[in-house]
Amino acid sequence: MPAVPAQSGPPGPPGGFPLPQAGFGAPQSVPPAPGAPPRRTAWAEGVDRLRTAATTEPGRLRIIGAVLALLVVAFGAVTAWQMTERSAAADNVLHSSQPLSASAADIYRSLADANTAASSGFLAGGQETKASRDRYEGDIRTAAAKLITAANSADPGSPSARTISQLNELLPEYKGLIERARANNRQGYPLGGAYLRYANDKMQHDMLPKAGQLYDRENQRLSADYADAKPYPWAAIALGLVVLGALAWAQRRNYRRTNRVLNQGMAAATAASLVVLLWLTVGHTVARSGLNESYDHGVRSLNMLHAAQIASLKARGNENLTLVSRGAQTKTLADGKTTVDLYDYSFDQDMKTLTKSLSVAAGLADDQAGEKPVQAATANMKVWVQRHKEARRADNDGKYQLALDRVIGSADKKPTGDCFDGVDKNLKLALTHEESEFQRAASNGLGAMTGLPVGAAVLAVLAAAGAVFGIGRRLSEYR
Amino acid sequence: MIARRLRASLRGWGGVGAMAVACATALVLALLLPDSARGDGDTGVGGQGLVRGTQARATRCTDPQNLSPAPSDADGTTIEAIKNRKDRRLIVGVDQNSYHWGYRDPNNPEAGSDLEGFDIDLVHAIAKDILGDENAVQFRAVPTSQRIPAIQSGKVDMVVRTMTITCDRLKQVAFSAPYFKTGQQVLAPAKSGITGYDKTLAKKRICSAKTSTAYDRLTADRKTGRLVSSADIAPPVPNQLDCLVRLQLGEADAVVTDGALAASQAAQDPTVELKGHTFTTEYYGVAMKQGSEDLVRRVNRILADYRKDGWQQSYDKWLAPTLGANAPSENPPVAQYK
Repeated sequence: MPAVPAQSGPPGPPGGFPLPQAGFGAPQSVPPAPGAPPRRTAWAEGVDRLRTAATTEPGRLRIIGAVLALLVVAFGAVTAWQMTERSAAADNVLHSSQPLSASAADIYRSLADANTAASSGFLAGGQETKASRDRYEGDIRTAAAKLITAANSADPGSPSARTISQLNELLPEYKGLIERARANNRQGYPLGGAYLRYANDKMQHDMLPKAGQLYDRENQRLSADYADAKPYPWAAIALGLVVLGALAWAQRRNYRRTNRVLNQGMAAATAASLVVLLWLTVGHTVARSGLNESYDHGVRSLNMLHAAQIASLKARGNENLTLVSRGAQTKTLADGKTTVDLYDYSFDQDMKTLTKSLSVAAGLADDQAGEKPVQAATANMKVWVQRHKEARRADNDGKYQLALDRVIGSADKKPTGDCFDGVDKNLKLALTHEESEFQRAASNGLGAMTGLPVGAAVLAVLAAAGAVFGIGRRLSEYR
Repeated sequence: MIARRLRASLRGWGGVGAMAVACATALVLALLLPDSARGDGDTGVGGQGLVRGTQARATRCTDPQNLSPAPSDADGTTIEAIKNRKDRRLIVGVDQNSYHWGYRDPNNPEAGSDLEGFDIDLVHAIAKDILGDENAVQFRAVPTSQRIPAIQSGKVDMVVRTMTITCDRLKQVAFSAPYFKTGQQVLAPAKSGITGYDKTLAKKRICSAKTSTAYDRLTADRKTGRLVSSADIAPPVPNQLDCLVRLQLGEADAVVTDGALAASQAAQDPTVELKGHTFTTEYYGVAMKQGSEDLVRRVNRILADYRKDGWQQSYDKWLAPTLGANAPSENPPVAQYK
């Protein structure tokens, strides 16, 4: 590397460090352009040159060649651009927004599950089983871990980020209330029940709605990605048709002038453009149908199954709380006269939601493997409703222990807990199945777009080269 | 000028005035009629007198606890019906969440009926007397708001659930003679500066239960100035026990509720205590359906015995430790019948 340029300016200060001014002092010393006659603009000059060129055949050929090459390259560029966009959106559906939506659903589910497990453990008093304790602790850990994942993918300052940080604050608060409930319950104080109701209230009216907002927002993002991936690339298709038309016109002109049927270069360009156009249209149609399938049979089923799962968790929690609260909280119905137990009433509402979600999910399931677990869950739910009635009757008749056995007792007591576990297990099976259905269809959709942007670009370059080459062959005849 | 204005305003009030006059006339006639009827004939005086007595009582009800019928041992239709049941048990509405009154010990699920407390002891005494077996009871958990509907619909034979005898309730159900004397009282952390229902409540957040006497009293007293105006009455909670939760979480500084229930809260947290004296006087009674006079009289007879034998033991077991030595509740209230 020569270090000379620094020396072209005035000498630097002692020490050898060239002053910054040294560098651009030189151009300033060059006098401004001498007062030449006013130059015409480049545009006017170019138009003039074109006009003269268009009067001769070689000139015309040059222009045609340039326009064709330009059109083909533009076609390739637009195709690559539009398909990159769609492919990126489809990739987001598969690898980003759907997993995030599933993750938000997991947050919601594990919170609701923790609340249910806490109330089950509470009912067992000091004899809380390890299974219910583990389930509760596991849910809390899952919720905390998923909140971190969600926080990492949320834009700082966005509504989602705010919701996540609020949930992060509420989670330990909730856990503290549950521990107080446990401690008091172990001493045999009814105060434990009051704490559990307070914790439940916090969960139902503060935390779950926030988790619900998070889930809704992730679902909006998912819908937006679908909307970006699915529209037909009309600009590319239209440009492709224009290219084919222009190539056809150029070849026809060539045939008229020279009587030569085939110009190899232009024929190759046409073929390449045709391939791009076909690939584009067929590829996108296939991708679209894959995405549509992944939405109709994946996302919609998943949403419905999530709704069913949440409803069953809430119903179970309320069933437990009916026995914890023992009439401590009532609700007056809309008629202003009938007063019912708050938790028993909420249980009925949740069961209605569960019934509805399950029947919709059964309708959405499109194959045997998807239908079976949903039907099994529905069967479990029916037994649940039956057993719940018996448990309520026992409780209302003052047979509290029997009612307790009918809700959280061992299997030989025919408790509703078994039915809830059945619903939960089957819904999990159904969710796993629909998740894999989604993965398969969405991967197919994304796969149909693979290579399209790059392929279109390469082929377009080839086609442009072909067109230029074909015109060049004709042009050489004039030399 | 003045006369014209007077006439104009009279025109406006004419209709109202006429109606008032008509009402007053009707009232005077109505009041005079029974007297004139009594004056006219000697027969039927007893009947008329009874009706009149009821009317008079409904209009001036000052001591609702003294309006229960005199005790009697006679079996009437209500008691017969209970004894002839296929499931020969007394159906009683109780609380399951009031520590030391009526509650279920979660650590003692095998202990028979497994409800225990001061109210529950009384229920056993009643069942023993009527049916000869203190365990011939079917307990039903009745929420506070459902006590009266449960009696009226016949779901339960009686409600023994820290239920205050009030004039309003007397219009809907029948009450036994009082079995417990209490009143509204303040509960606060032992080390707080609060000394009772007084000015130490200034700027304190006070918790009370929804539709409770305490909440009504607090709002009324703050208006009249009996309670310092700076006292912060927190939004009422669904159940009195929820107040202790708020207190422990630091979301409230004091609780106002029945002294008896405050004692039940204090029993669950040694760091809080009852402050000052009760500032109202209330009596708990056993509530039964109106018209089941044989049952009411029978319960009154049972209570008369219970006051002598049973009451004190039960009180010492459940309530004495938290209510303290000089509580107004420490002796059974003296029964007066109508």
